[in-house]
Formats: sequence, C-alpha cells, structure tokens
Amino acid sequence: MIGYRVERATRESRWFAAFLLLCLAALAALPYWGGPGAMRLVSEMAYYLALAQLWNLLAGYAGLVSVGQQAYVGIGGYALFYLTSEFGVHPLVALALAGPIAAAISLLVALAVFRLRGAYFAVGTWVFAETFQLGVSLIQPLGAGSGLSLTPAIVREIAPDRAGRELIVYWLSLVIVVFVCAVVYLTLRSRHGLALTAIRDSEPGSASLGVDNFRTKLMIYVVTAACTGVVGAFIFLEKLRISPEAGFSVNDWTVVVIFIVVIGGIGTLEGPFIGLLIYFGLRELLADYGSWYLILLGVVAVAIMLTAQEGLWGLVARRFNLHLFSVRRHLTRLPGG
Amino acid sequence: MDWLNILIQGALLGGLYALFAIGLSLSFGIMRLVNIAHGDLIVLSAYIALVTINATGLGAIASLVVVVPAMCAVGYALQRGLLNLTLSGGLLPPLLVTFGISVIIENVLLELFGADIQRLHAGTIETASLQLGGIAVGAYPLVVFATAVAAIAGLQILFYRTALGRAFRATSDDAETAELMGIDNRHLYAVAMAIAMIFTALAGVLMAIRTTFDPAAGPIRLIFAFEAVIIGGLGSLWGTLLGGMVLGLAQAVGAALSPTWQILAGHIAFLIILVLRPSGFFPRTRD
Repeated sequence: MIGYRVERATRESRWFAAFLLLCLAALAALPYWGGPGAMRLVSEMAYYLALAQLWNLLAGYAGLVSVGQQAYVGIGGYALFYLTSEFGVHPLVALALAGPIAAAISLLVALAVFRLRGAYFAVGTWVFAETFQLGVSLIQPLGAGSGLSLTPAIVREIAPDRAGRELIVYWLSLVIVVFVCAVVYLTLRSRHGLALTAIRDSEPGSASLGVDNFRTKLMIYVVTAACTGVVGAFIFLEKLRISPEAGFSVNDWTVVVIFIVVIGGIGTLEGPFIGLLIYFGLRELLADYGSWYLILLGVVAVAIMLTAQEGLWGLVARRFNLHLFSVRRHLTRLPGG
Repeated sequence: MDWLNILIQGALLGGLYALFAIGLSLSFGIMRLVNIAHGDLIVLSAYIALVTINATGLGAIASLVVVVPAMCAVGYALQRGLLNLTLSGGLLPPLLVTFGISVIIENVLLELFGADIQRLHAGTIETASLQLGGIAVGAYPLVVFATAVAAIAGLQILFYRTALGRAFRATSDDAETAELMGIDNRHLYAVAMAIAMIFTALAGVLMAIRTTFDPAAGPIRLIFAFEAVIIGGLGSLWGTLLGGMVLGLAQAVGAALSPTWQILAGHIAFLIILVLRPSGFFPRTRD
C-alpha cells in the first residue's frame, strides 16, 4: 500500500505556532504591563510587518517587484479621511472599505503596468504612485497640498476619551497584522500559492501545466493592494493627519519595507520578522546620527543581495533545514509503510 | 507666451530628458540592466561639478573635464565591482542592488551637503536668446538639445562603425556566444557603464545649470528618463529622443495651463501612451 503521505506541518512549525500565539497574547496584554511609548512602538512594528509581508508576497513570491505600493497606503489613508468626513461613515467601517477601494483602483493601475515586465514594472508602479501624489495635491475636497485632519467629532466615534482611543487603536494594529499575515499564509497554502511557486520556477512551464500566469499575478496584485489600503487607512487613523507627501511617501512606505524584506529574506515568510527586528534595532541604535541608519541598511541590503539572496533567514533555514511556517509540502513515511 | 513658443520650449526640454535617458537605455540595451540608481547618478554628477567649481574656480561647463572622467571611473567600478555580480541571478538582484545603491547615494549626499537646494551658474548663456523667424528661442535649451542630438549621433557611429560597437552589439544579441568569440563580457559591461556615465555626467551638469537640485532630486530624473525610454520604444536611441520630446511637450503644455500641472501632465501623457502603445513608437529590443 501507499507508504508515504504529503504533509505540511512539521514539529518545529507546530512549536513555532504555539510560540507565536504566546507572543501575541503577551502583546495583546501590553496595555496592562507597558507604557504608551511601548504601545506606539509595537503598533508601528505591527503595521510595518504587515506592509513587509504584503510586499514580500508580491515581489518574493509573485515576482512583481513594485516600488509603488505607497500608492495604496496613501489611497487607503485618503479613503478613510474622505469617507468619515464627507459621508459620516464610522472610522472602523471606513477602514474596512479602504480595502475594496484600493482593490478597484489597483485593477485600473494593473491595466497599464502589467504591460511592463521586470524592472520596468517596478518603475511603472512608481510613476503611478507619483501621479496619485501629484493628483491628490490638486484636489480641493482632499485638502489639496496641505492635506486633511480627522476632526475631534470623528475621533470621538472611535472612543470618547484619549486613553480609550489609544487602547482600541493599539489592539486594532494587532488585529490588522494578524489578518494580513493570515491572508498571506493562507494564499501561499492555497492552490494559488502552488501556482505562484510554479510561476516563480518557470513561467512557460507553469503555463503549459494549465496555470493562468497572468490571472494569478493579477489576483496577487489586487489582493496585496487591498490589504495595503487597509494598512494605510490604519496608519493614518493612528496619525490623525494626512498630506500628499506623508501618504504617498516612497521612503516611508516602500524603501524601508523593501529593506526589511531583503535583509530578512525575500521569498520566505520568516524573513520579514527578522528584517523587522533588525530595522527597528538599527533605527533606535543610530537615532542620533541622521540618515546613517538608512545608508547602513542600504549597504547591508546590497551585500545580502550579492552574497545570500534569501537573506538572513535563508542562511538559517539552509544551515538547519528549519521551516517555521508550514507552507511547503514534504513527504513523510507512514509507520509500517 | 503663445502656443508655438510653448511647443518649442517643450520640444527643446525633450533634449535634456533624452540625455537623462541615454545612460539608462545603454545599460539596458547592452546588459539588460535597469539601473534604478540612474537618477541619483545624474544628481551625483551635479554635486561633483559643484565641488569642482568651488575648489578650482572653473566654470560650470568647464567642470565637465573633471566630472566626466570621475563619473566614468564611478561607472566602471560600479559595474565591475558590484553590478556584474548580479547579472546571472534572475530579476531580483540587479533591481534590488541598484535600488539599494540609489538610497545610499541619496543619503550620503544628504549627509555631506545637507538638504539645501543647489544650482550651477554658467553666465550669460543662461539668459541669451536667438531670434528664429520672429520667435525668441533660449540659447541654452538649444545648446542642450544640440548636445543630445550630437550624443545620439556619436553613439550611432560608435555602435555601427567601430570594433567596440560591434562587440557591444554581439554581447547584446548573445552574451555567451560573444564570450566564446573572445570578448571579455565583464570588462565590456564595465566599459559600457563608463560610456553611459559620460552622458549621465553631461545630463547632470546641464540639468544643474537649468534647474535647482538637492540630494533627493534623483528619483524623479530616473522617472523622466524611464518615461522617455518607454515612450520612444526600448532600444532605439532616436526613439528615446522623440520620447523625451513628447514628455517635454506634455510638460510644457501642462505648465502653461497651471504650474502645478507640469510634471503631472508628463506622467499622464506617459500613462496614456503606455496603455495605447505599450511598446512605444520605435520598439527594437524585446525584454
């Protein structure tokens, strides 16, 4: 009889899942054992992790290297501000609506940028983000060049007092990062994830086996845009203010994210976690030295791309054959098989 | 300003954009490398010119005798030392390495020179104008445009009349076979990048006389260069000149409507052309 079985979970992945749950529980309880400074830092780390996982799905798994994801951060942020102030939508509902809005716009963008391949796709997405930034700064109802603020009345809809609002926003950041990580993880485990692996290894090969390469990539692009839009709405719900420069900042929402993913390990789910810790560590360490941390991050990222393409996590995974997220399929011998 | 004048200004501005684009186009044509740091290398050239002028008292145009060799050396070293290592490993390494270099250049310039806006001065030529059939045309934009035309003509001669050009074309068509025929691709690529930097240096200095610049001015130059290349069609240098002119015209018309519309109008023209004619006007290379 059949002596093997296809499995995804490993012993390490089960332990790691338990460890992650434990961390999450500790972070959820942070308001009771940490100060507001720690809460702000954790929520910033949470949205950067979400952005990094999304960019990683796009670039590392679907091969769509975008330098224009800041477009969807900005669109999500502006969607939140516009829906709440013009239509009186509750901020949390507006946050959820930012997803479909970003998805719809990303479909239109894809119409143009999917005509470009490889590095040209990267610059094409960047042009779109620049176009959105310049366009928004001309639109009067969106505050034009000076941007928009959330009015106190809207802020009070989240919670009547400041402490309550900070608590809700903090928990919301955890909900969002868990949601985004779950979307990325489940996408990779689904048949679309298998199709992505096939496309990554060989586009003609996957097409000949019946994978619709174009549609698979388009789906990933739109899903990523939708989630990035929600994260963007959250970022500016926390900041309470948005301007074209802040909303569509390539440095804040794309450069940093790319460094996190590349240093940690592009094309691995574990990589962004490592990259996140390194980025925040360096930023805190070199806080007094201007932009030297960016220069250092750039040097590290270039060195990693030249020597170990799969990043720091890739080195660990290869050395110890360690895979903490059960995405890969592997064969297990059945007892008696 | 009447419309004819605006159109002439726009078309001449296209010469500068073509100069931005030549370096990008060369590195793509020969080694299939899209250099994300291209715009920052243009800005780096402008800063090298600034330092040269301050140190030696040379004029802005004369500073090219220092800037061009310096940028050629940067280009050769960059290609030989870093970029050659990325060319065999698929899409991600060249893209992300040049992206990293872009961020490094921008932030090092920021640390060295601060965020102040800079400009180079070239004396009377900046404001001189010529009367052509009743229309006053700025002498400086005309010089820039003529430089772009001469640069492209020179490159055509290099590509089709010299042994080096033959080697470039051979490597571009089939790198492995060219290597079997005795071409050292690593050296050839580095020479190609050095040549690309001649035009990058020219573009940087000519830009810095025309407009202000600061350490963060690179990415938008990359985008202008990229738009010119795509509008013109990958791999065609005369197409790139035309692409630059289309972009310049769109920007001039936009700026005439409202100054805030200048760059946006260029992007919109580019996006329309991308949707209607994705391979540009004169496509030659397939990527």
